[in-house]
Amino acid sequence: MIRLENIIKYFHKGSVNEVFALNNLSLQIEEGDFVTVIGSNGAGKSTLLNCIAGGFFPDSGSISIADHDVTRWPEYQRARFIARVFQDPLLGTCPSATLEQNMALAIRRGLKRGLARGVKAADRLRFRKELEHLGLGLEDRLLDKVGLLSGGQRQALTMLMATMIRPEVLLLDEQIAALDPKTANQILSLTHDIVRQQGLTTLMITHNMKHAIAFGNRLIMLHQGRIILDLSGAAKENLTVADLLAQFYKTQGEELALDSLLLG
Amino acid sequence: MTLYAAFGAIEQGFVYGIMVIGVYLTFRILDFPDLTVDGSLPLGAAISAVAITSGVNPYLSLLLAVAGGFLAGVVTAVLNTKFKILHLLASILTMIALYSINIRIMAGPNVALLGSETVFDSVTRLGVPAHFAGLIIFGSFAVLVVCLIVWFLGTELGQAILATGDNPQMIRSLGVNTDAIIILGVGISNALVALSGALVAQNQGAADVGMGIGTIVAGLASVIIGETVFGCRTIGRAFIAALLGSIVYRLAIALALSFEIGGFRFNPSDLNLITAVLVIAALIAPNLKRRLIAH
Ligand SMILES: Nc1ncnc2c1ncn2[C@@H]1O[C@H](COP(=O)(O)OP(=O)(O)OP(=O)(O)O)[C@@H](O)[C@H]1O
Ligand SMILES: [Mg+2]
Repeated sequence: MIRLENIIKYFHKGSVNEVFALNNLSLQIEEGDFVTVIGSNGAGKSTLLNCIAGGFFPDSGSISIADHDVTRWPEYQRARFIARVFQDPLLGTCPSATLEQNMALAIRRGLKRGLARGVKAADRLRFRKELEHLGLGLEDRLLDKVGLLSGGQRQALTMLMATMIRPEVLLLDEQIAALDPKTANQILSLTHDIVRQQGLTTLMITHNMKHAIAFGNRLIMLHQGRIILDLSGAAKENLTVADLLAQFYKTQGEELALDSLLLG
Repeated sequence: MTLYAAFGAIEQGFVYGIMVIGVYLTFRILDFPDLTVDGSLPLGAAISAVAITSGVNPYLSLLLAVAGGFLAGVVTAVLNTKFKILHLLASILTMIALYSINIRIMAGPNVALLGSETVFDSVTRLGVPAHFAGLIIFGSFAVLVVCLIVWFLGTELGQAILATGDNPQMIRSLGVNTDAIIILGVGISNALVALSGALVAQNQGAADVGMGIGTIVAGLASVIIGETVFGCRTIGRAFIAALLGSIVYRLAIALALSFEIGGFRFNPSDLNLITAVLVIAALIAPNLKRRLIAH
């Protein structure tokens, strides 16, 4: 489904701020895989998702999605295959448009937009039903501006919008990081339900080791732009938080050792 | 202010209101501050006047002006989106280039339309008195433009334009080429500004390279006055407010110019000062109102 081959990405190459964000990274994800992605701050997790979505082009390497070589496709073109939910609840919706307008924008993801009405009468029924399904009482607020919603409500709406037409690939970048624990759990179980029902190929970044273990059928850990751990099947099922933390601190320890070498 | 002056101000409010709609589209909807308009207004005037003097039907000349204005907007937007030049700078570059281009088009700094057929003749021929012709033509064009733009922004494509101004990252990840949308939007904006200029020229009986000076200031003043006085809660309301704002702005100017105490009068060179004061008043009025109500 997704194949990344030898992706190299520098930011600010050649300047003093040079960052080696993706270090010859290769990754193959099969259709229906639900991959959780962990790693310390700055490990390159968001950069990896951005690279798949087309937010920038890699310096070298190739990307293919659903058997299309999309390496040089701009972001808007890849939207045919990809739906995204961002960490920041403000990024996934248009604040000054209404709920129904936002949802209408979302159901034309990757399709031509012409002179037909933006919000069609027939779609309203469907929007209402889908919102009812969320159980947040949003079904009566189709005409409210999204800017009026809380962060959790916006994130739930974004999740819905991402999956109203089935994406080939769903990219979730810490989609619950900005929410309170209760709302976070709601959104997470919503994610779980939707992904399972639709059998979506999913990448989910999280800083929560428990979630990383509990969700999905595969887990990868990133460090300095490389995949340093890749577990699936039984290996992932038998994983404990303690194992994962041990791995995690091992990489951190290396970093510390390296730092003290350099500074010492 | 005489009734005659008020009448003239409303007429002006309508015709420049078409320009204001264009300015609203870039500044408020697309969040793209665009100064091209100071050049695209006389561009529309020049194209229309030259077309008419070479025998083109006056309505057709409007269409040519619209096309010219659209192209000017496209140049600005391409400079910004494809060549990454800051929008303000890109629009200033187009604006100054248009100054020379307009003189080229007119083969001189101005073109007179003396005795040529204009869109106003099509109305007076029906027996409408000449002093009403302006109001009828300008009013119908302005209302038509508002209806069209509000309809358009309700379409799938229009909604994508709104979203591009609101949250470009989101709409890009929904498959919209935001560069293309900005090019389209700035093009439409300048097409409207050029239409406004073409109508002004046909009414004045001349196009002049200097007639665009201060367009953006008048446009912004009208937008801000419209928002303050009439609100902008929905898109329909916002565009009607922009048009009405244009009328209020022209009326306020006419009122100020007719103002007289003792030996003091404003003269036309005070226009910029008056505009600045009006805009400041419109900007601080909502604040003031809130404070007065709170106490
Ligand atoms: N647009 C950018 N310009 C410059 N540097 C960037 C950019 N995006 C990411 N980086 C750098 O690339 C590295 C990887 O960043 P990335 O955002 O992928 O980390 P992450 O794993 O998502 O971290 P976090 O857990 O903090 O979100 C960081 O050093 C970051 O500063
Ligand atoms: Mg990140």
